[in-house]
Amino acid sequence: MFPVIKGAAYILAHTPDMVLHNGTTQTTERTVNPDSEYLKQVPNNLRSFEQFVSYPPNQTFIGNLSPSELGELDLPWYDKQAEGASSDGKYGEIFQQDEFIGWIKLADVFNLVSLEKDFTESIRQSIESREGLSESFRTALGEGVSLEKIEKEIAEKGAEALIHDGKTVGCVKRAHDIDPNLNAHVIFENLVSKASGAMALISLLEKHQIDPLDIDYVLECSEEACGDMNQRGGGNFAKAIAEVAGCKNATGSDTRSFCAAPTHALINASALAQSGIYPNVVIVGGGSTAKLGMNGKDHIKKGLPILEDGVAGFAALISQNDGVHPILRTDLVGKHMVGTGSSPQAVITSLITAPLDRGNLKITDIDKYSVEMQNPDVTKPAGAGDVPLANYKMIAALGVMRKEMERTDIADFTKKHGMVGWAPTQGHIPSGVPYLGFAMQDIMEGKIHRAMIVGKGSLFLGRLTNLFDGVSIVIETNPGQVEEEATVSKDEVRQMVAEAMRSFAASLTE
Amino acid sequence: MDLENQRRVLEFTEEFGAENMLIILGAAEAEAAGLAAETVTAGDPTYAGPLAGVSLGLQVFHVFEPEIKDQFDPDVYEEQLGMMEMVLDVDEIVDEMKGIREQFGQFN
Repeated sequence: MFPVIKGAAYILAHTPDMVLHNGTTQTTERTVNPDSEYLKQVPNNLRSFEQFVSYPPNQTFIGNLSPSELGELDLPWYDKQAEGASSDGKYGEIFQQDEFIGWIKLADVFNLVSLEKDFTESIRQSIESREGLSESFRTALGEGVSLEKIEKEIAEKGAEALIHDGKTVGCVKRAHDIDPNLNAHVIFENLVSKASGAMALISLLEKHQIDPLDIDYVLECSEEACGDMNQRGGGNFAKAIAEVAGCKNATGSDTRSFCAAPTHALINASALAQSGIYPNVVIVGGGSTAKLGMNGKDHIKKGLPILEDGVAGFAALISQNDGVHPILRTDLVGKHMVGTGSSPQAVITSLITAPLDRGNLKITDIDKYSVEMQNPDVTKPAGAGDVPLANYKMIAALGVMRKEMERTDIADFTKKHGMVGWAPTQGHIPSGVPYLGFAMQDIMEGKIHRAMIVGKGSLFLGRLTNLFDGVSIVIETNPGQVEEEATVSKDEVRQMVAEAMRSFAASLTE
Repeated sequence: MDLENQRRVLEFTEEFGAENMLIILGAAEAEAAGLAAETVTAGDPTYAGPLAGVSLGLQVFHVFEPEIKDQFDPDVYEEQLGMMEMVLDVDEIVDEMKGIREQFGQFN
C-alpha cells in the first residue's frame, strides 16, 4: 500500500534587520567595500511587516492565495497587495522579526542566546501563549540580561548581534573560543535553521491537529551543518527540532543534497512509512539568513524594494495509507544518476520521463509539475529569469522531442501543467515542496488527479563533485481502501453463496 | 559571476595570457550571459569579486553562437543542447553577447 501525504505547513518570518546584518550579499559587501553606497541604501529599501504579509506570493506560500489566483495577477507583484491578506494562513503563518528572535532564544538550549530585558518582556506574551511548544521551551525566554552585558559580549567576545528596528536587542555567543564550527556566526545560522524548522513543525501539528506523540521519525533537509571541529556536520537538526515540538516518541536524522534535499526527504519518508519501519514520518526544513537580500543589489538598482526579506520553513507529514489522503507513488520516482550527465535533455529525462515510462504515462498525464518554484518577481529583475517557466519549457521541449506533443503546444503546456513561482529564494525551500499543501487540496477536491514533485540541487557548490543532483516522485488521488475491501467482500459473498448452495445440495441428497 | 569562477578566470589569464583565453558561457538568459561576459571583459560590474576593476577584455562567446556551435559534431550538439536551443531566446542571447564583445573585447 502506497504511503500518503497527510499535511504540509509553511512559515515565514519577516526579518528586515537580518537582511543587512546577516545576508551574505550584504556582509560580503561590508568586507569588500565598507563605504558602499549599496549598504547605505539597504535600510531605506526594506518592506514593512504589513507589506511583507500582503505581498501576494507570501500569501500563496502560507496557503491563502492559490497558485492559479496568483497566476492571474500580472507581474511585477511587489507593488500589489493580496486582498484580505492575513499573517495566519491555511497552511501556516507569518511571524514578525521580534517574535522570530524570541524563537531563536527558545531554540537555544546551551544559554548561547542573550536577549535584553525589556525586549524579552515585549515578546513574552506572544511566545508563552503558544500552545504547540513543549513546556520546557515555552518558559525558556527567561528574564533577559542588560544591554550593557550584551554589548560587551559583542565587542569583546565575538558574539553575533541580534538587531531589531536598528537596535541591538540581544546576541548569540560563540560556543567555543577557537573552534570555527562553534563560533557565533555558525551558532546563529544553525539556531535560525532550527527555530524556523521548529516553527514549521509546530504549525504542521497545529494546522492538521496531529498529536506530536504520534510522530515516529523526523527527516530534516535544510542546507546547514551542525557539529564541532571534530565532526563539522555531525547533526542532528531533526531530533533537535522534534524536541522543541514535543515529539517525544520520535528520533530522526538529517538529509542533505542542497536544494534537492526536501524531495530526497519526501521519498525517504515515503519508504519508511510504506515499509512500516516508521509509520508517521515528518520532513522538515528551516530557513537561512545567509540568503537574505541575495539579489538585493539588482532589486535596488531597478527601483524595487529588497524582496528577499524573510526566513522560511516548511514541514510535511507522510504516513501509512489511510484510504483518503493522496498517495505517494513510490514506484514512480525519478533520479539523476552519477552517470546521467549534465545536459538538460539527460537531466529532464532522468527526472521526468524515466518515472513516467515506468508507469506507461505521458508527459501530459501529470496535471501539475512542481519544480523549483522560485518567485519570478525576485529572480527576473536579477537576470536569473523565470525559473519555473524555464523548467516547464524544458519539460515541454522533451515532450516535443518524444513526439508526445507539437512544438506549437509548448506555451499552452507551460500554462496548463505549470504554475507561477511563489516561494522565497531560500535554496531548498522553493524546490518541489511548496506545492505539497495545494497539491493535497487540489487532488482531494478532484481538481487534479496527479502531480509530480521535482527537486534539483547544485552539488558543485560544495566543491566535492562537479555533479548536479535531482530526484522526483508522483503524487496522485488515493483510490481508497473501500474499493479494495469491496472486492474482498464480493469474494466473501461468492464463497458464502457457494457454501450455502453446497449445504442446500447436501440437504437435498440426504 | 560567482566569485570563485572570477578567481579561476584571473588565475588562468595570468598563467596562459589573455590573448590565449576563450570563455564559453551557457547562461539561460541574455541578461545573465551579458553580466558574465561583462565580468571577463570590462570587469565585475558588481564590484564584489577578484575581477572588480580588472578589464581583461577576453574573448567570450555563448555556446549557442554560431562561432562555437559550428565547431561541434552536430549529433553531439543536438543531444546536449538541442532541447535548450528550442526553449531559450537564442537571438536575444546572441545580440547581447555581440554587444558586450564590441564594447569591451580586446581580442576580437
